[in-house]
Amino acid sequence: MSPAATARAAVRPVGVVSVAQTKSVRREDHRNEVEMLMPIVTEVFANIGVTKLDMGFVCSGSTDYLVGAPFSFVMALDAVGVWPPMRESHVEMDGAWALYEAWTLLQEGEIDTALVYSFGRSSPSQLDRILALQLDPYYMAPMWPDPVALAALQAQALIDTGKATEKDFAVVAARSRRDALGNPNAQVAKDQSPDELLRDDYVVAPLRRHALPPITDGVVAVVLAAEDRARDLCDRPAWITGIDHRIEAHALGARDLAQSPSTRAAAQGAGVFDASDAVHVDVAELHAPFAHQELILREALGLADSVAVNPSGGALAANALMVAGLLRIVEAATRIMDGSAGSAIAHATSGPCLQQNLVCALAAEPSGPTGKGA
Amino acid sequence: MTDAGTITDSGASGEAPVTTLATPMRLDYQYTAGLSQSRFLQGIAQGKFIGQRCPACHKVYVPPRGSCPTDGVATTDPVELSNIGTVTTYCVVNVPFQGQSIEIPYICAQILLDGANIAFMGLIQEMSAADVRMGMRVEAVWLPKDQWGLTMASVKYFRPNGEPDADYETFKEYL
Repeated sequence: MSPAATARAAVRPVGVVSVAQTKSVRREDHRNEVEMLMPIVTEVFANIGVTKLDMGFVCSGSTDYLVGAPFSFVMALDAVGVWPPMRESHVEMDGAWALYEAWTLLQEGEIDTALVYSFGRSSPSQLDRILALQLDPYYMAPMWPDPVALAALQAQALIDTGKATEKDFAVVAARSRRDALGNPNAQVAKDQSPDELLRDDYVVAPLRRHALPPITDGVVAVVLAAEDRARDLCDRPAWITGIDHRIEAHALGARDLAQSPSTRAAAQGAGVFDASDAVHVDVAELHAPFAHQELILREALGLADSVAVNPSGGALAANALMVAGLLRIVEAATRIMDGSAGSAIAHATSGPCLQQNLVCALAAEPSGPTGKGA
Repeated sequence: MTDAGTITDSGASGEAPVTTLATPMRLDYQYTAGLSQSRFLQGIAQGKFIGQRCPACHKVYVPPRGSCPTDGVATTDPVELSNIGTVTTYCVVNVPFQGQSIEIPYICAQILLDGANIAFMGLIQEMSAADVRMGMRVEAVWLPKDQWGLTMASVKYFRPNGEPDADYETFKEYL
Protein backbone atom coordinates (compact mmCIF):
# COMPACT_ATOMS: atom_id res chain seq x y z
CA MET A 1 0.00 0.00 0.00
CA SER A 2 1.22 3.49 -0.74
CA PRO A 3 1.49 5.91 2.21
CA ALA A 4 -1.48 7.86 0.83
CA ALA A 5 -3.59 4.70 0.71
CA THR A 6 -2.65 3.85 4.31
CA ALA A 7 -3.72 7.31 5.44
CA ARG A 8 -7.03 7.00 3.61
CA ALA A 9 -7.85 3.77 5.40
CA ALA A 10 -7.94 5.72 8.65
CA VAL A 11 -10.28 8.40 7.34
CA ARG A 12 -13.56 8.85 9.20
CA PRO A 13 -16.49 8.61 6.77
CA VAL A 14 -17.99 12.07 6.25
CA GLY A 15 -20.67 12.83 3.68
CA VAL A 16 -22.55 15.70 2.12
CA VAL A 17 -26.12 15.29 3.43
CA SER A 18 -27.82 18.51 2.26
CA VAL A 19 -27.15 21.26 -0.28
CA ALA A 20 -28.80 24.54 -1.29
CA GLN A 21 -27.90 27.29 -3.73
CA THR A 22 -29.31 30.52 -5.13
CA LYS A 23 -30.03 30.99 -8.79
CA SER A 24 -26.89 32.61 -10.18
CA VAL A 25 -27.50 36.12 -11.48
CA ARG A 26 -25.46 38.90 -13.10
CA ARG A 27 -26.34 41.32 -10.33
CA GLU A 28 -28.46 40.97 -7.20
CA ASP A 29 -29.82 44.50 -6.86
CA HIS A 30 -32.20 44.19 -3.94
CA ARG A 31 -30.77 41.94 -1.26
CA ASN A 32 -27.51 42.33 0.66
CA GLU A 33 -25.28 39.34 1.50
CA VAL A 34 -27.12 38.40 4.69
CA GLU A 35 -30.49 38.62 2.96
CA MET A 36 -29.21 36.37 0.16
CA LEU A 37 -27.82 33.81 2.62
CA MET A 38 -30.75 33.53 5.01
CA PRO A 39 -33.16 31.61 2.75
CA ILE A 40 -30.35 29.29 1.60
CA VAL A 41 -29.26 28.48 5.16
CA THR A 42 -32.93 27.90 6.03
CA GLU A 43 -33.32 25.60 3.02
CA VAL A 44 -30.16 23.57 3.66
CA PHE A 45 -31.42 22.84 7.21
CA ALA A 46 -35.06 22.27 6.19
CA ASN A 47 -34.04 19.68 3.57
CA ILE A 48 -33.01 17.32 6.37
CA GLY A 49 -35.15 18.62 9.25
CA VAL A 50 -32.36 20.08 11.39
CA THR A 51 -31.66 23.50 12.93
CA LYS A 52 -28.50 25.44 13.70
CA LEU A 53 -28.59 23.82 17.16
CA ASP A 54 -27.80 20.48 15.48
CA MET A 55 -24.58 21.84 13.94
CA GLY A 56 -21.26 21.13 15.64
CA PHE A 57 -19.37 23.67 13.55
CA VAL A 58 -19.97 26.49 11.09
CA CYS A 59 -17.39 27.44 8.47
CA SER A 60 -17.69 30.00 5.66
CA GLY A 61 -15.64 31.13 2.69
CA SER A 62 -15.75 34.67 1.25
CA THR A 63 -13.60 37.74 0.77
CA ASP A 64 -13.99 41.25 2.13
CA TYR A 65 -12.57 42.67 -1.11
CA LEU A 66 -15.77 41.76 -2.96
CA VAL A 67 -18.04 43.27 -0.31
CA GLY A 68 -15.85 46.33 0.22
CA ALA A 69 -16.34 46.05 3.99
CA PRO A 70 -14.12 44.71 6.77
CA PHE A 71 -15.17 41.53 8.61
CA SER A 72 -18.10 41.01 6.26
CA PHE A 73 -18.09 37.32 7.18
CA VAL A 74 -18.95 38.25 10.78
CA MET A 75 -22.01 40.17 9.57
CA ALA A 76 -22.91 37.22 7.35
CA LEU A 77 -23.19 35.05 10.48
CA ASP A 78 -26.41 36.94 11.23
CA ALA A 79 -27.93 34.66 8.59
CA VAL A 80 -27.30 31.71 10.92
CA GLY A 81 -27.93 33.40 14.27
CA VAL A 82 -25.02 32.24 16.41
CA TRP A 83 -26.78 32.09 19.75
CA PRO A 84 -26.07 30.18 21.91
CA PRO A 85 -22.41 30.69 20.94
CA MET A 86 -21.20 28.25 18.28
CA ARG A 87 -17.87 26.90 17.16
CA GLU A 88 -17.23 28.89 14.00
CA SER A 89 -14.49 29.66 11.50
CA HIS A 90 -13.97 31.46 8.21
CA VAL A 91 -11.51 31.23 5.33
CA GLU A 92 -10.72 34.19 3.09
CA MET A 93 -11.01 31.70 0.21
CA ASP A 94 -13.53 29.89 -1.92
CA GLY A 95 -16.04 27.91 0.14
CA ALA A 96 -14.45 24.65 -1.05
CA TRP A 97 -11.60 25.39 1.35
CA ALA A 98 -14.12 26.09 4.13
CA LEU A 99 -15.51 22.62 3.43
CA TYR A 100 -11.96 21.24 3.70
CA GLU A 101 -11.59 22.85 7.12
CA ALA A 102 -14.93 21.43 8.26
CA TRP A 103 -14.01 17.97 6.93
CA THR A 104 -10.70 18.16 8.86
CA LEU A 105 -12.48 19.05 12.09
CA LEU A 106 -14.95 16.21 11.53
CA GLN A 107 -11.97 13.85 11.20
CA GLU A 108 -10.97 14.71 14.78
CA GLY A 109 -14.18 13.08 15.94
CA GLU A 110 -15.40 15.71 18.43
CA ILE A 111 -18.26 16.83 16.21
CA ASP A 112 -20.62 14.95 13.89
CA THR A 113 -22.09 17.77 11.80
CA ALA A 114 -21.02 21.02 10.16
CA LEU A 115 -22.60 23.82 8.13
CA VAL A 116 -20.44 25.18 5.31
CA TYR A 117 -21.47 28.15 3.20
CA SER A 118 -20.01 30.78 0.96
CA PHE A 119 -21.25 34.03 -0.50
CA GLY A 120 -19.85 35.90 -3.43
CA ARG A 121 -21.14 38.99 -5.11
CA SER A 122 -18.85 39.73 -8.02
CA SER A 123 -21.00 42.61 -9.27
CA PRO A 124 -20.50 45.49 -6.79
CA SER A 125 -16.75 45.81 -7.30
CA GLN A 126 -14.21 46.36 -10.07
CA LEU A 127 -13.35 42.70 -10.47
CA ASP A 128 -10.37 43.27 -12.74
CA ARG A 129 -8.70 45.46 -10.14
CA ILE A 130 -9.58 43.28 -7.18
CA LEU A 131 -8.17 40.16 -8.78
CA ALA A 132 -4.94 42.03 -9.59
CA LEU A 133 -4.47 42.50 -5.85
CA GLN A 134 -3.89 38.78 -5.30
CA LEU A 135 -0.64 39.08 -7.30
CA ASP A 136 2.83 39.85 -6.00
CA PRO A 137 2.43 43.38 -4.56
CA TYR A 138 5.81 44.77 -5.65
CA TYR A 139 6.31 43.93 -9.30
CA MET A 140 2.98 42.71 -10.67
CA ALA A 141 0.00 44.19 -8.81
CA PRO A 142 1.10 47.82 -9.45
CA MET A 143 0.72 47.13 -13.19
CA TRP A 144 -2.91 46.01 -12.58
CA PRO A 145 -2.84 43.03 -14.95
CA ASP A 146 -6.44 41.92 -15.36
CA PRO A 147 -7.47 38.28 -14.98
CA VAL A 148 -8.49 37.90 -18.64
CA ALA A 149 -5.04 39.00 -19.81
CA LEU A 150 -3.36 36.53 -17.46
CA ALA A 151 -5.70 33.73 -18.56
CA ALA A 152 -4.90 34.60 -22.18
CA LEU A 153 -1.19 34.13 -21.45
CA GLN A 154 -2.03 30.68 -20.14
CA ALA A 155 -4.26 29.87 -23.13
CA GLN A 156 -1.50 30.90 -25.52
CA ALA A 157 1.00 28.77 -23.59
CA LEU A 158 -1.37 25.81 -24.03
CA ILE A 159 -1.75 26.47 -27.76
CA ASP A 160 2.03 26.71 -28.08
CA THR A 161 2.40 23.14 -26.74
CA GLY A 162 0.33 21.93 -29.71
CA LYS A 163 -2.16 20.19 -27.38
CA ALA A 164 -5.10 22.50 -28.06
CA THR A 165 -6.51 25.04 -30.49
CA GLU A 166 -8.98 27.89 -30.24
CA LYS A 167 -11.57 25.53 -31.69
CA ASP A 168 -11.08 23.25 -28.66
CA PHE A 169 -11.86 26.21 -26.37
CA ALA A 170 -15.07 26.83 -28.33
CA VAL A 171 -16.04 23.15 -28.03
CA VAL A 172 -15.69 23.34 -24.24
CA ALA A 173 -17.76 26.56 -24.11
CA ALA A 174 -20.48 25.23 -26.44
CA ARG A 175 -20.86 21.99 -24.45
CA SER A 176 -20.86 23.79 -21.07
CA ARG A 177 -23.52 26.31 -22.02
CA ARG A 178 -25.65 23.70 -23.73
CA ASP A 179 -25.49 21.53 -20.58
CA ALA A 180 -26.42 24.61 -18.54
CA LEU A 181 -29.82 24.58 -20.29
CA GLY A 182 -30.64 21.68 -17.94
CA ASN A 183 -29.52 23.60 -14.85
CA PRO A 184 -32.24 25.97 -13.53
CA ASN A 185 -29.65 27.82 -11.41
CA ALA A 186 -27.27 28.58 -14.28
CA GLN A 187 -26.75 32.15 -15.44
CA VAL A 188 -25.52 31.60 -19.02
CA ALA A 189 -27.27 28.78 -20.91
CA LYS A 190 -27.62 28.57 -24.67
CA ASP A 191 -27.33 26.18 -27.55
CA GLN A 192 -24.68 27.39 -30.00
CA SER A 193 -22.25 25.42 -32.11
CA PRO A 194 -18.48 25.84 -31.69
CA ASP A 195 -18.35 27.29 -35.22
CA GLU A 196 -20.88 29.95 -34.27
CA LEU A 197 -18.89 30.78 -31.12
CA LEU A 198 -15.69 31.15 -33.13
CA ARG A 199 -17.25 34.17 -34.83
CA ASP A 200 -17.00 36.07 -31.49
CA ASP A 201 -14.42 38.82 -31.30
CA TYR A 202 -11.32 38.35 -29.20
CA VAL A 203 -11.48 39.87 -25.72
CA VAL A 204 -7.77 39.23 -25.26
CA ALA A 205 -6.32 36.94 -27.93
CA PRO A 206 -6.49 33.96 -28.02
CA LEU A 207 -9.57 34.19 -25.76
CA ARG A 208 -12.90 35.10 -27.32
CA ARG A 209 -15.99 36.13 -25.37
CA HIS A 210 -17.27 32.54 -25.06
CA ALA A 211 -14.07 31.36 -23.36
CA LEU A 212 -14.63 33.77 -20.44
CA PRO A 213 -16.75 33.18 -17.32
CA PRO A 214 -19.76 35.39 -16.59
CA ILE A 215 -19.74 37.85 -13.68
CA THR A 216 -22.06 36.33 -11.09
CA ASP A 217 -23.67 36.95 -7.70
CA GLY A 218 -24.60 33.85 -5.72
CA VAL A 219 -24.50 31.91 -2.46
CA VAL A 220 -24.31 28.21 -1.66
CA ALA A 221 -24.58 26.06 1.49
CA VAL A 222 -23.76 22.47 2.45
CA VAL A 223 -24.30 20.31 5.53
CA LEU A 224 -21.66 17.66 6.24
CA ALA A 225 -22.23 14.79 8.64
CA ALA A 226 -20.11 11.86 9.82
CA GLU A 227 -20.87 8.12 9.91
CA ASP A 228 -24.25 7.14 11.39
CA ARG A 229 -25.32 10.76 11.75
CA ALA A 230 -24.98 11.11 7.97
CA ARG A 231 -27.05 7.95 7.40
CA ASP A 232 -29.72 9.24 9.81
CA LEU A 233 -30.01 12.56 8.03
CA CYS A 234 -29.87 11.40 4.41
CA ASP A 235 -30.93 8.24 2.55
CA ARG A 236 -27.99 8.50 0.21
CA PRO A 237 -25.17 10.76 1.42
CA ALA A 238 -22.42 11.75 -1.00
CA TRP A 239 -19.46 10.38 0.96
CA ILE A 240 -16.14 12.22 0.74
CA THR A 241 -13.68 9.40 0.01
CA GLY A 242 -10.69 11.72 -0.35
CA ILE A 243 -9.88 15.42 -0.36
CA ASP A 244 -6.66 17.37 -0.72
CA HIS A 245 -5.40 20.74 -1.96
CA ARG A 246 -2.05 22.00 -3.24
CA ILE A 247 -0.61 25.35 -4.31
CA GLU A 248 1.98 26.44 -6.88
CA ALA A 249 4.47 29.31 -6.91
CA HIS A 250 3.09 32.83 -6.62
CA ALA A 251 5.23 34.16 -9.49
CA LEU A 252 3.53 33.31 -12.79
CA GLY A 253 6.90 33.25 -14.54
CA ALA A 254 8.06 30.42 -12.25
CA ARG A 255 5.26 28.11 -13.48
CA ASP A 256 4.54 26.11 -16.60
CA LEU A 257 1.09 27.58 -17.19
CA ALA A 258 0.12 24.88 -19.69
CA GLN A 259 0.10 22.23 -16.94
CA SER A 260 -1.45 21.90 -13.51
CA PRO A 261 0.89 19.88 -11.29
CA SER A 262 -0.92 21.11 -8.16
CA THR A 263 -4.20 19.63 -9.44
CA ARG A 264 -2.42 16.36 -10.10
CA ALA A 265 -0.82 16.34 -6.62
CA ALA A 266 -4.15 17.17 -4.96
CA ALA A 267 -5.84 14.39 -6.92
CA GLN A 268 -3.15 11.95 -5.82
CA GLY A 269 -3.68 13.09 -2.23
CA ALA A 270 -7.42 12.54 -2.64
CA GLY A 271 -6.70 9.05 -3.95
CA VAL A 272 -8.61 9.34 -7.21
CA PHE A 273 -6.19 7.57 -9.57
CA ASP A 274 -6.51 3.90 -10.43
CA ALA A 275 -3.58 1.55 -11.14
CA SER A 276 -3.28 2.84 -14.71
CA ASP A 277 -3.08 6.46 -13.49
CA ALA A 278 -6.53 7.38 -14.80
CA VAL A 279 -9.66 8.65 -13.09
CA HIS A 280 -12.81 6.57 -13.59
CA VAL A 281 -15.82 8.29 -12.10
CA ASP A 282 -19.30 8.99 -13.44
CA VAL A 283 -19.07 12.77 -13.10
CA ALA A 284 -16.34 15.40 -12.80
CA GLU A 285 -17.25 18.95 -11.83
CA LEU A 286 -14.17 21.03 -12.69
CA HIS A 287 -13.79 24.66 -11.63
CA ALA A 288 -12.41 26.04 -14.89
CA PRO A 289 -13.48 29.70 -15.17
CA PHE A 290 -11.81 29.96 -18.59
CA ALA A 291 -12.56 27.37 -21.28
CA HIS A 292 -8.93 26.38 -21.89
CA GLN A 293 -8.48 25.60 -18.19
CA GLU A 294 -10.83 22.62 -18.49
CA LEU A 295 -8.40 21.11 -21.02
CA ILE A 296 -5.45 21.61 -18.65
CA LEU A 297 -7.39 20.07 -15.76
CA ARG A 298 -8.57 17.09 -17.85
CA GLU A 299 -4.97 16.27 -18.70
CA ALA A 300 -3.76 16.68 -15.09
CA LEU A 301 -6.50 14.34 -13.91
CA GLY A 302 -6.20 11.83 -16.73
CA LEU A 303 -9.99 11.76 -17.04
CA ALA A 304 -11.38 8.82 -18.99
CA ASP A 305 -13.54 9.77 -22.00
CA SER A 306 -16.55 8.20 -20.30
CA VAL A 307 -16.54 10.83 -17.53
CA ALA A 308 -19.31 13.44 -17.79
CA VAL A 309 -17.51 16.76 -17.29
CA ASN A 310 -19.42 19.71 -15.85
CA PRO A 311 -22.99 18.52 -16.50
CA SER A 312 -24.08 21.63 -14.53
CA GLY A 313 -22.46 23.90 -17.12
CA GLY A 314 -19.54 24.62 -14.77
CA ALA A 315 -17.97 28.00 -14.16
CA LEU A 316 -18.61 29.06 -17.77
CA ALA A 317 -22.31 29.05 -16.88
CA ALA A 318 -22.04 30.75 -13.45
CA ASN A 319 -18.94 31.99 -11.67
CA ALA A 320 -19.68 33.75 -8.38
CA LEU A 321 -16.25 34.34 -6.91
CA MET A 322 -15.62 32.39 -3.68
CA VAL A 323 -18.74 30.31 -4.43
CA ALA A 324 -17.99 28.57 -7.74
CA GLY A 325 -15.53 26.06 -6.20
CA LEU A 326 -17.89 24.92 -3.42
CA LEU A 327 -20.64 24.86 -6.03
CA ARG A 328 -18.66 22.19 -7.93
CA ILE A 329 -18.75 19.99 -4.81
CA VAL A 330 -22.48 20.71 -4.46
CA GLU A 331 -23.21 19.83 -8.10
CA ALA A 332 -21.17 16.61 -7.89
CA ALA A 333 -22.73 15.63 -4.56
CA THR A 334 -26.23 16.34 -5.87
CA ARG A 335 -25.77 13.73 -8.62
CA ILE A 336 -24.72 11.11 -6.08
CA MET A 337 -27.51 12.01 -3.65
CA ASP A 338 -30.17 11.81 -6.40
CA GLY A 339 -28.84 8.46 -7.63
CA SER A 340 -27.81 9.59 -11.11
CA ALA A 341 -24.11 8.97 -10.32
CA GLY A 342 -22.24 6.50 -8.14
CA SER A 343 -18.96 8.36 -8.01
CA ALA A 344 -17.67 11.83 -8.79
CA ILE A 345 -14.79 14.20 -8.37
CA ALA A 346 -15.14 17.90 -7.70
CA HIS A 347 -12.38 20.41 -8.23
CA ALA A 348 -11.99 23.99 -7.01
CA THR A 349 -9.39 26.56 -7.98
CA SER A 350 -8.10 29.83 -6.58
CA GLY A 351 -5.52 32.39 -7.63
CA PRO A 352 -4.44 33.40 -11.14
CA CYS A 353 -4.14 30.75 -13.87
CA LEU A 354 -5.11 27.78 -11.67
CA GLN A 355 -2.50 28.59 -9.00
CA GLN A 356 -4.14 26.64 -6.18
CA ASN A 357 -6.30 23.55 -6.62
CA LEU A 358 -8.48 21.34 -4.46
CA VAL A 359 -9.77 17.91 -5.43
CA CYS A 360 -12.62 16.19 -3.59
CA ALA A 361 -13.61 12.61 -4.39
CA LEU A 362 -17.22 11.64 -3.70
CA ALA A 363 -19.00 8.28 -3.83
CA ALA A 364 -22.29 6.63 -2.91
CA GLU A 365 -20.40 4.29 -0.55
CA PRO A 366 -17.88 5.50 2.05
CA SER A 367 -15.48 2.79 0.89
CA GLY A 368 -15.11 4.41 -2.53
CA PRO A 369 -16.37 4.39 -6.10
CA THR A 370 -19.06 1.95 -7.14
CA GLY A 371 -21.20 1.65 -10.23
CA LYS A 372 -23.74 4.15 -11.40
CA GLY A 373 -26.82 4.25 -9.22
CA ALA A 374 -25.31 1.82 -6.68
CA MET B 1 25.42 38.68 -4.32
CA THR B 2 28.07 37.09 -2.10
CA ASP B 3 29.16 33.48 -2.51
CA ALA B 4 26.68 32.48 0.19
CA GLY B 5 23.86 33.93 -1.94
CA THR B 6 22.91 36.76 0.41
CA ILE B 7 22.19 40.26 -0.78
CA THR B 8 24.65 42.83 0.52
CA ASP B 9 23.22 45.91 2.20
CA SER B 10 23.99 48.12 -0.75
CA GLY B 11 23.35 47.23 -4.35
CA ALA B 12 26.05 46.30 -6.83
CA SER B 13 26.20 49.91 -7.91
CA GLY B 14 26.91 51.00 -4.33
CA GLU B 15 23.67 52.99 -4.15
CA ALA B 16 21.49 53.03 -1.04
CA PRO B 17 19.02 50.12 -0.76
CA VAL B 18 15.40 50.73 -1.73
CA THR B 19 13.39 50.49 1.49
CA THR B 20 10.01 51.84 0.41
CA LEU B 21 7.80 51.34 -2.61
CA ALA B 22 4.56 53.29 -3.04
CA THR B 23 1.69 51.73 -5.00
CA PRO B 24 -1.42 53.93 -5.20
CA MET B 25 -4.59 51.83 -5.07
CA ARG B 26 -8.24 52.72 -5.32
CA LEU B 27 -11.29 50.47 -5.48
CA ASP B 28 -14.81 51.69 -6.24
CA TYR B 29 -17.96 49.78 -5.30
CA GLN B 30 -21.62 49.87 -6.25
CA TYR B 31 -23.07 49.15 -2.83
CA THR B 32 -26.36 47.28 -2.36
CA ALA B 33 -28.01 48.41 0.86
CA GLY B 34 -30.43 45.47 0.87
CA LEU B 35 -34.16 45.33 1.54
CA SER B 36 -34.18 46.22 5.24
CA GLN B 37 -31.49 48.90 5.17
CA SER B 38 -33.27 50.45 2.18
CA ARG B 39 -36.46 50.69 4.25
CA PHE B 40 -34.47 52.23 7.09
CA LEU B 41 -32.86 54.84 4.82
CA GLN B 42 -36.23 55.65 3.21
CA GLY B 43 -37.48 56.30 6.76
CA ILE B 44 -34.51 58.58 7.46
CA ALA B 45 -35.35 60.56 4.31
CA GLN B 46 -38.78 61.18 5.91
CA GLY B 47 -37.34 62.12 9.31
CA LYS B 48 -38.12 58.77 11.00
CA PHE B 49 -36.13 55.93 12.56
CA ILE B 50 -37.62 52.67 11.24
CA GLY B 51 -36.44 49.48 12.96
CA GLN B 52 -37.48 45.87 12.47
CA ARG B 53 -38.78 43.33 14.99
CA CYS B 54 -37.61 39.71 15.20
CA PRO B 55 -40.64 37.39 14.97
CA ALA B 56 -38.93 34.89 17.31
CA CYS B 57 -37.47 36.94 20.20
CA HIS B 58 -39.46 40.16 19.52
CA LYS B 59 -36.37 42.36 19.81
CA VAL B 60 -36.30 45.51 17.67
CA TYR B 61 -33.14 46.21 15.66
CA VAL B 62 -32.15 49.63 14.33
CA PRO B 63 -30.65 50.12 11.82
CA PRO B 64 -32.00 46.72 10.74
CA ARG B 65 -29.92 44.44 8.53
CA GLY B 66 -32.67 41.99 7.66
CA SER B 67 -31.80 39.23 10.11
CA CYS B 68 -32.00 38.64 13.85
CA PRO B 69 -28.37 37.90 14.78
CA THR B 70 -29.59 35.74 17.69
CA ASP B 71 -32.22 33.66 15.93
CA GLY B 72 -31.03 33.82 12.32
CA VAL B 73 -34.53 34.57 11.00
CA ALA B 74 -35.75 37.40 8.80
CA THR B 75 -36.93 40.55 10.59
CA THR B 76 -39.78 41.71 8.38
CA ASP B 77 -42.07 43.62 10.77
CA PRO B 78 -41.24 47.38 10.60
CA VAL B 79 -41.39 49.43 13.81
CA GLU B 80 -41.28 53.24 13.95
CA LEU B 81 -39.08 54.32 16.83
CA SER B 82 -38.90 57.40 19.00
CA ASN B 83 -36.69 60.39 18.32
CA ILE B 84 -35.60 60.11 21.96
CA GLY B 85 -33.18 57.67 23.55
CA THR B 86 -30.72 56.91 26.32
CA VAL B 87 -26.91 57.10 26.30
CA THR B 88 -25.84 53.60 27.34
CA THR B 89 -22.12 54.32 27.15
CA TYR B 90 -19.84 56.91 25.55
CA CYS B 91 -16.33 58.12 24.90
CA VAL B 92 -14.92 61.63 24.71
CA VAL B 93 -12.69 62.20 21.70
CA ASN B 94 -9.69 64.37 22.59
CA VAL B 95 -7.30 63.30 19.84
CA PRO B 96 -7.06 65.34 16.64
CA PHE B 97 -6.80 63.41 13.36
CA GLN B 98 -6.69 64.22 9.67
CA GLY B 99 -10.05 65.13 8.21
CA GLN B 100 -11.67 65.79 11.59
CA SER B 101 -14.74 67.94 11.02
CA ILE B 102 -15.86 68.50 14.63
CA GLU B 103 -14.10 70.59 17.24
CA ILE B 104 -12.50 68.49 20.01
CA PRO B 105 -13.28 67.46 22.67
CA TYR B 106 -16.55 65.89 21.49
CA ILE B 107 -18.75 63.00 22.62
CA CYS B 108 -19.35 59.80 20.72
CA ALA B 109 -22.08 57.72 22.37
CA GLN B 110 -24.05 54.51 22.07
CA ILE B 111 -27.68 55.57 21.94
CA LEU B 112 -30.58 53.25 22.70
CA LEU B 113 -33.69 54.72 21.10
CA ASP B 114 -36.90 54.23 23.08
CA GLY B 115 -38.51 51.05 21.77
CA ALA B 116 -35.27 49.59 20.35
CA ASN B 117 -33.29 46.63 21.65
CA ILE B 118 -29.93 47.60 20.22
CA ALA B 119 -27.90 50.80 20.58
CA PHE B 120 -26.20 52.60 17.70
CA MET B 121 -23.42 55.14 17.64
CA GLY B 122 -24.16 58.84 17.51
CA LEU B 123 -22.59 62.21 18.09
CA ILE B 124 -23.67 64.26 21.16
CA GLN B 125 -23.52 68.06 20.92
CA GLU B 126 -24.89 71.16 22.66
CA MET B 127 -23.32 70.21 26.00
CA SER B 128 -19.94 70.18 27.73
CA ALA B 129 -18.06 66.93 27.19
CA ALA B 130 -17.30 66.96 30.93
CA ASP B 131 -21.00 66.51 31.76
CA VAL B 132 -21.85 63.43 29.65
CA ARG B 133 -22.96 60.34 31.62
CA MET B 134 -24.47 56.93 31.20
CA GLY B 135 -28.24 57.02 31.35
CA MET B 136 -28.46 60.57 29.98
CA ARG B 137 -31.63 61.16 27.93
CA VAL B 138 -31.05 62.61 24.46
CA GLU B 139 -33.02 63.55 21.35
CA ALA B 140 -32.09 63.58 17.66
CA VAL B 141 -31.49 66.95 16.02
CA TRP B 142 -32.26 66.74 12.31
CA LEU B 143 -31.08 68.88 9.45
CA PRO B 144 -33.73 71.20 7.93
CA LYS B 145 -36.40 69.06 6.23
CA ASP B 146 -35.36 70.05 2.71
CA GLN B 147 -31.94 68.50 3.39
CA TRP B 148 -33.21 65.07 4.49
CA GLY B 149 -31.94 62.27 2.28
CA LEU B 150 -31.04 58.58 2.12
CA THR B 151 -28.19 59.07 4.59
CA MET B 152 -27.61 59.12 8.35
CA ALA B 153 -26.09 62.57 7.76
CA SER B 154 -29.75 63.73 7.78
CA VAL B 155 -29.41 63.51 11.58
CA LYS B 156 -27.05 66.32 12.65
CA TYR B 157 -26.44 64.93 16.13
CA PHE B 158 -28.16 64.16 19.44
CA ARG B 159 -28.47 66.57 22.37
CA PRO B 160 -29.69 66.33 25.98
CA ASN B 161 -33.50 66.65 26.08
CA GLY B 162 -33.69 67.69 29.74
CA GLU B 163 -35.46 64.55 31.07
CA PRO B 164 -34.10 62.97 34.28
CA ASP B 165 -31.47 60.27 33.65
CA ALA B 166 -32.71 56.74 32.95
CA ASP B 167 -32.36 54.17 35.71
CA TYR B 168 -29.36 51.86 35.15
CA GLU B 169 -31.66 48.82 35.33
CA THR B 170 -33.47 49.99 32.16
CA PHE B 171 -30.38 49.83 29.93
CA LYS B 172 -27.87 47.52 31.66
CA GLU B 173 -28.78 44.73 29.20
CA TYR B 174 -27.48 46.82 26.30
CA LEU B 175 -23.93 47.49 27.47
